[in-house]
Amino acid sequence: MNNIIRIPINTDKDIVAARQRGRALALSLGFSETDSALVATAISELARNIVTYAKKGVIQIQANGNSRPCIQVIAKDRGAGIANIKLALQDGFSTSGSLGLGLPGVKRLVDEFKVVSKIGKGTAVTFKKWKS
Amino acid sequence: MEVPVLKQGPFLIATVQAALSDEDLVHLRKAMIERVVTSRSLGVIIDVTAMDIMDSFASRTLCEIAQMIHLRGADTIIVGIQPEVAFAMVQLGITLEGVVTALDLEEGLSYLKEKFDSDA
Repeated sequence: MNNIIRIPINTDKDIVAARQRGRALALSLGFSETDSALVATAISELARNIVTYAKKGVIQIQANGNSRPCIQVIAKDRGAGIANIKLALQDGFSTSGSLGLGLPGVKRLVDEFKVVSKIGKGTAVTFKKWKS
Repeated sequence: MEVPVLKQGPFLIATVQAALSDEDLVHLRKAMIERVVTSRSLGVIIDVTAMDIMDSFASRTLCEIAQMIHLRGADTIIVGIQPEVAFAMVQLGITLEGVVTALDLEEGLSYLKEKFDSDA
């Protein structure tokens, strides 16, 4: 049950694959259609961040939680890192000229959310979503 | 994953068949604006019933398609956004502002026909 699904993210096609794996796992754990869509959407956004900012990385999806099922997702890359995490978590902020929904949007979709980043080393975004 | 586009009178109907990658979405954007020009269409329906999710890129691209088609003097209607997809979009902060939406293909078509009739 606690197998880690590891999906390398290199192209936009991998974004679709990652979110579909996430959704399938959520549904298999008994998550509702809505919560499964939230998980899939969050994975899609994080995977796209990898492609856009770091070019490549990996998404790890894992089921955990004993009494209450939980999905944990880690999006990791070895890109440039985020200079100011506080700023990156503000609504409307973007360095790529995109919509700037980015990380704050993802944070709203999930229950637990953590960003760890080191300049020049990369970024790891972790989220958890519990079955409601 | 190519999105088939059907011509129905003065309208075009694009039916998304499965989850779309970013590249597919960009391709759809190009194909739609070209078809609107060559078919001299008055209205476009994009049926997204089969879309698994609508993230920021998908939403932005659909908005761009609607805006481009609007500049051509035609209308765009997005139909079939699934309830769980809509829920996730709103949580994410996406509103598809300025884009007309309808429940399904039937509603979309009747919207266009009504508008077209009253314009004529």
